[in-house]
Amino acid sequence: MLKGDFTQNMGRVFVIYTGGCLLCAAVLALLSLAGVSDRTIGIAFVLLTVAFYASMGTLGRSARNADHYGAGQSVPALYTGMATAADWMSAASFIGLAGAIYAAGYDGLAFLLGWSGGYVLVAVLLAPYLRKFGQFTVPDFLSARYGGTPARMVGTLVLMSASFLYVVAQLYGTGIIAARFLGLDFRAAVFVGLAGILLCSMQGGMRTLIWTQVAQYLVVIAAYLLPVVILSVRATGVPFPQIMYGQALQRVAGLTTQLGAPSEILSPTGIVDGINFFGVTICLMLGTASLPHVLARFFRTPSVREARISVAWSLLFIFLLYSAAPAYAAFAKLEILQRLADGRLAGDAAWLAEWSRVGLISAGAAAGSPELTQIHIDPDALVLAIPEIAGLPFVVGAVVAAGGLAAAMSSADGLLLSIGKALSHDIYHRLLAPDSSPRRRLSVCRLGMIVAAILAAWMASTRPAGIVTVVGWAFSLAASGLFPALVLGIWWKRATARGAVAGMAAGWSVCLAYILAVQAGWISPVLGVRTIAAGLFGIPAAFLVTLSVSLATPPPSREMQAFIDSIRKPRGPVHPIGEAAGQIDGS
Amino acid sequence: MANDSEGPDISRRYWDKTSQLMRLVLLLWACLGFGVPLFAPILNDLVLFGFPLGYLLSAQGVLIGFVVLIFWYAGRQNRIDEDFHMAED
Repeated sequence: MLKGDFTQNMGRVFVIYTGGCLLCAAVLALLSLAGVSDRTIGIAFVLLTVAFYASMGTLGRSARNADHYGAGQSVPALYTGMATAADWMSAASFIGLAGAIYAAGYDGLAFLLGWSGGYVLVAVLLAPYLRKFGQFTVPDFLSARYGGTPARMVGTLVLMSASFLYVVAQLYGTGIIAARFLGLDFRAAVFVGLAGILLCSMQGGMRTLIWTQVAQYLVVIAAYLLPVVILSVRATGVPFPQIMYGQALQRVAGLTTQLGAPSEILSPTGIVDGINFFGVTICLMLGTASLPHVLARFFRTPSVREARISVAWSLLFIFLLYSAAPAYAAFAKLEILQRLADGRLAGDAAWLAEWSRVGLISAGAAAGSPELTQIHIDPDALVLAIPEIAGLPFVVGAVVAAGGLAAAMSSADGLLLSIGKALSHDIYHRLLAPDSSPRRRLSVCRLGMIVAAILAAWMASTRPAGIVTVVGWAFSLAASGLFPALVLGIWWKRATARGAVAGMAAGWSVCLAYILAVQAGWISPVLGVRTIAAGLFGIPAAFLVTLSVSLATPPPSREMQAFIDSIRKPRGPVHPIGEAAGQIDGS
Repeated sequence: MANDSEGPDISRRYWDKTSQLMRLVLLLWACLGFGVPLFAPILNDLVLFGFPLGYLLSAQGVLIGFVVLIFWYAGRQNRIDEDFHMAED
C-alpha cells in the first residue's frame, strides 16, 4: 500500500517538476529566438527558479501530513540514493568543484576523492548502526550513547557551526548568480539570494519530500551536463565528455606550450602540494561521514540492509556528476586557450564586462588590440561563465545558472532547517524551556532560521573565501568535532561520556582556532597547512583526547554495553537505556 | 549450521567477522584514496584513450572503485548477517 502511494506521488510530482522545468526552458528559449534581450531572459530564469521553489514548498506542505514521516520508511534504496545525491549536490559540487580542478589541476582532484571516499566510511562505519539505533538526529545518538545533555549540547554546537558555514557558501553561490544575472552589486545580490531562500524555507521547504528530491536530482544533473556535452561534441564529435576529455587534456598541453602560458594547469603531472592534497582529502572524507544532512537520510531507510545499499546508490548518483567535473574543467580550459590562440576572445564582449563588474573575471589585451591575450577566471565563476565564453546560446548559460541556483537553494534550505531545529529542539526545548508548547518551538525554529540566514548572508557578503574553501571549513569542523565520537561510540565500547564530550570540544576548538588564527593573520600556516585542511590538527586532537580521557574514566555501565551490542546487530530490538545512562525520548 | 540461539559466543563471532570485513574495506579504501594519487606520476607514463593513466585513475577510476567497493561490502555484510542469523526478519 505504501508502495502504491510512493509510485503515485512519484508520477505526479515528477510530471509537475520536470515538466515545469522543461516548459520554462523551452518558453524562454523561444523568447530568446524571438529577440527578447539576454538580460531579460537571465532575470526571468532566476525569478522563475525562485518562484518554482516557493510553490514546491507550498505543494509540499499540503502533501506533508501524509508523506513526511512515512517517506523514508517506504522508499526503495535506489530512490533514497538519488535523494541523498540531490541533497548532497550544493553550490560546492555544482559551482565550485570544476572551477577548483580548472584552477589547481591535479591537486583539485582532492575534492573529488574526499567527497566520494567519505561515503565508504559512511557505509562501513556508521550508516547501518545509526539506522539500527533508529532515532532521528545525530545529537539524538550522541545523547543516547554518551549519557545525555552535555554530549547533546556539544554535538549540537558542532553541527550548527558546520551547517552555518555551509549556508554561507550557498549564499555566496546564489549571490554570484544573482549579481551576474540580475545585474546587481554583489553585496545586494547576496541579500536578494537570502530573500529567495527564506521565501522558500518559510513556505515549508521541499526537501523532506523524497520525490521532489529525485526530480531535483535529474534536473540539476541535466543542467550540469548540458554545456559540457555540447563542448565535448564540438571538440571531439562524441557526446560523452567523461571519456573524451583525454583528447582535450592533450590539446591543452599543446596549447600551453604554444602560448607560453606559465601555468601547468591540467597538465597532470601529479600532486604539487602534498600535505594539502592529502590533508584536504582526509578532512573531506571524515567530514562527509559527520555531516548531519548526509547521515540523516540513512537514519530512515526501511532496514539496516537497505541503509548499506542506499549509501552505494547515493555514491553512484553523485559519481555521475563528479565524473563530469574534471571533463568540465578540461573542455573549459581547451575552449579558452584555443580562443586565446586564435585571437577570438574580444575585449569588448558583454560577458567580460558583466563578470569583471562582479569581480570574478579579469582580462588583459595588448595595447591597441581588441583581442585578449590573457584572462583570469575565478574558480567560482568558471562553471557559470563558460557557456558564454564558448559562445553557446545564452539560454544554455541561463539553464546552468538555474541549476546552480536550485542546488544552492535546496541545500541552504535544508541546512537552515537543521539549524532551526537544533535551536528549537536541542537548545530551547531541552535546556531552556522544557515545558514549551510545540507552537512556541516552531516560532523559535523560524526565528533561529531567519537570524542564522541573515548572519550567513552578512558573512558571505564580506567574501571571506571562495566556495570550496568555506565548505572545506565546514567539513573540517564537522570531522574534528564529530567523527571520533560517532565512530568510537559504535566501534569502541570503552569510549566514555566524558571522553567523548572532551574529545568533541577539543577537536572542534583546535580546528576553529586554527582557521580563525590563520584567516586573521595572527599566525602563519603551520607546516604550510591551509585553513581548508584545518582538520589535520583538529581530528588527531579529538581522537587523542577521547582515547585518553576515556581510559582515565570508569568504563561505561553494563547497560550501556548492552545498548552498544544491540545496535551492532541488525536483528532484535535496541536495548533500552534508562534516564541515568541517557535520555531518549521520541519527541 | 550456526546455532540459532543468540548466545554471547555467536554475537562475538559475528562481530569479529564484521570487524574483519570493516578492516579489509578500509584497507582497500586507503589504497584507492591515498595509494593511487601517490603513484599517479609513475602511472602517467602510460596513456589510455588520450589520458595519462595516473590522472584518469585518480579522476575517474578511484571513484568507480569506491562505488564498487560499497556495493561489494553491502553484499558481503548481508551474507555475514545471514550466516549468523543476525539479519532482520
